[in-house]
Amino acid sequence: MNILSQLGIVYALLGAAVAVLFAGCGSAIGVGIAGQAASGVVTEDPSKFAKVLIIQLLPGTQGLYGLLVGFITLSKIGILGGGAADVSVSTGLLILAACLPIGIVGLLSGIAQGKTAAAAIGIVAKKPEQFGKAMLFPAMVETYAILALLVSFLAVNGIQV
Amino acid sequence: MAVLKMQRISICALKKDRKVILEKLQSLGVLEVAPVMDEDPYFRKTDTVGQRAGFERAAAAADQALEILERYAPEEKSMFAALEGKLLIDPSRERQVREKRRELLKTAKEVYDLDREHAEQLAAVTRMRNSIESLTPWLALGMPLKPSATKRTVMFPGTMPGGTTLESVYERLAEKAPDVECVDVHLISAEQSMTYLAVICLREDAQAVEEALRSAGFARPSQTWAKSPSEEKEQLEGQIEDSRAETARIERRLAELAEYREELKIVADYYRVRAEKYAVLGDLPQSERTFVISGYIPQCEATHVEKCLTERYDCMVDIEELKEDEEPPVILKNNPFSMSMEGVVESYGLPHKGELDPTTIMSFFYVFFFGMMLSDAAYGAIVAVVCGALVWKFPRMSEGMKKSLKLFFYCGLSTLVWGILFGGYFGNIVDVVSEKFFGTAVSVPALWFIPLNDPMKLLVFSLLFGVIHLFTGLGIKGYLCLKDGKVMDFFCDVALWFMLLVGLILMLLPSDIFASIAQTKIVFPGWLDTLAAVLAAAGAIGIVLMSGRSSRNPALRIALGAYDLYNITGWLSDVLSYSRLLALGLATGVIASVINQMGSMLPNNIVGVVFFVVIFIAGHTLNLAINLLGAYVHTNRLQFVEFFGKFYEGGGRPFEPFKENTKYADVKEETIS
Repeated sequence: MNILSQLGIVYALLGAAVAVLFAGCGSAIGVGIAGQAASGVVTEDPSKFAKVLIIQLLPGTQGLYGLLVGFITLSKIGILGGGAADVSVSTGLLILAACLPIGIVGLLSGIAQGKTAAAAIGIVAKKPEQFGKAMLFPAMVETYAILALLVSFLAVNGIQV
Repeated sequence: MAVLKMQRISICALKKDRKVILEKLQSLGVLEVAPVMDEDPYFRKTDTVGQRAGFERAAAAADQALEILERYAPEEKSMFAALEGKLLIDPSRERQVREKRRELLKTAKEVYDLDREHAEQLAAVTRMRNSIESLTPWLALGMPLKPSATKRTVMFPGTMPGGTTLESVYERLAEKAPDVECVDVHLISAEQSMTYLAVICLREDAQAVEEALRSAGFARPSQTWAKSPSEEKEQLEGQIEDSRAETARIERRLAELAEYREELKIVADYYRVRAEKYAVLGDLPQSERTFVISGYIPQCEATHVEKCLTERYDCMVDIEELKEDEEPPVILKNNPFSMSMEGVVESYGLPHKGELDPTTIMSFFYVFFFGMMLSDAAYGAIVAVVCGALVWKFPRMSEGMKKSLKLFFYCGLSTLVWGILFGGYFGNIVDVVSEKFFGTAVSVPALWFIPLNDPMKLLVFSLLFGVIHLFTGLGIKGYLCLKDGKVMDFFCDVALWFMLLVGLILMLLPSDIFASIAQTKIVFPGWLDTLAAVLAAAGAIGIVLMSGRSSRNPALRIALGAYDLYNITGWLSDVLSYSRLLALGLATGVIASVINQMGSMLPNNIVGVVFFVVIFIAGHTLNLAINLLGAYVHTNRLQFVEFFGKFYEGGGRPFEPFKENTKYADVKEETIS
């Protein structure tokens, strides 16, 4: 039997990895960027800690979305249960393709959201009473990560193994 | 659900009643002062800047004293101190404190002076420590550390660079001052970088000796001392001891003074309130015997204030409707449930003149969507119980805080309901625990359906809720148009859009694309299909023709209309935006399941149980926190961008009444007034 025809499960696992990896990296970078801005604000005014922390957390959700898709994929191909399902090459590649949206959009939107969050932290530094508005700008970026999550989730969910 | 109607109230009264009337108005706190008349030869403003500055200074002094006291004798505060709100004191207590305000200001001054003295003593201790440090190498010198002389000889101390030895000093002297015969150099002590010497020589040789040594780096000590170094050190140590005792005494005294803390707070507030009163007073036009105060007042309070004033004082109270061009300040008035969402509307912007207060309508959608996004019964119960308990436990917390907590209380209840509908309790905790610890998997059935098993169904419902939300927004816009009598606007901007959108939706429902999403094929009777096509076509043509109606140029008018029709993509993206209801709900549930699964990885023994509990608490706390944040932010977004975008602008000015703006303590209302 050709080794290539047994690679289905590998592709599927690669899909889970792509979702968690890229989305996680995006969030890590985003939260990092926002964290630098937040630290700057707290050095000047420690009382704003709670507010800037909340904004710093906003780019963290992409990682969770990646985790979500990764988890659904793992349970789909049976790796979590212990016995890996018999995944054909085409199904494996389908799963890999399904994981791409949240992986790539998660990475890029996480970084973009991190920058927006850093700017929003600037609003809190100067006008703390505008916290409600400051929180909304990063949330706008997140919309696209949510859309990617939906497509990835629906696709993975819909593929029959 | 409304913006309170404002009226203008103008009060003209005798100057002798000025103080009492102003105080009465301030304690009522329902009037925003807005002068109507300028100065004229009869009515002039009095200059109160001086008094006001005096009161502000007094308030600042008391604040500063409180800050200092907090540093020396920190007040015991519970974890929830921020929720406790201001003190509530009896009027009699306030009067009693007010009477001794001068002594209290003296106390504040004393606190300030003590703090300064404390700082000075600490600085003195540091200075003396440095002196002791510089004396230490000279301790072996048994005489005062300064140049001294007998009849024939002189002695002078000094330092030379490190590594200098007696031999090298004598060598240097022999070389540079060969004429000098009698010189005695004592090595007091040596450090790595410095050598300490005492030099004795004949008076006439002193200069030559010093010159010779200086060429090798000799320098006299920068400070001279009257007594021998060891005596000096002893004395300094004694002084440090004294300073220590003094600082301890100051600290004790400040700790004693901390008992005046509450009174200082009351006094600070008293002066703050008075400063505000004088700020208003400085703005009032006054004639020789009378004064006039004018401003905005909510209609519901106007007659009450009028009665209060005219019954007791000789005055004229005039209440009138606002002029057309006036932009009054805004207060929102809502039912107790919707009131808790006022903060959300405020953070977007209060309604400007002529706009509807969207709070009540928004509040139902808000709670509905929030619950759907968090959608876990256990999380909802936790949020509701915690917020409810805090509101109940701390009745005197600030108004804004109370509103936010109530908002989360209602949202928690909604989350609880949605959780039961979707069968989510800490994700799938019941399944996991029953399977792991009791061997058989039990699951709580969802009252409606489990989103994870049927995501497309929930997606369709999310979009449906979105359409309802958006149509409500468009409907409100239509209502506002009709209310203002703009029938044309209503027809072109609202009715035509409704026709187009309803037609498009009706056309979409029987299509294959919808069938594949909803997994059921909807077949309409033929007449409904035709009606849908007609509605959509009529709406689209109407929009193209009518949207650019402000333009006279027909070509431009059509172009503008076509551009407006392009807004259909905006509607599409608005509706799709509601898919986040599904996505965030799934995120909560799936991540909760991941946590449960992680917790149940170890075998079923005592270690396994402990591990499970730890993972359970930490994991679910984190998940709850992050999803609570997500649900809050995204519910706000749906309201602000999608819903308000249809009809609401905001930009109103909040009502800022002339009232007792205290910082620490409120005085109980006197029942018999």
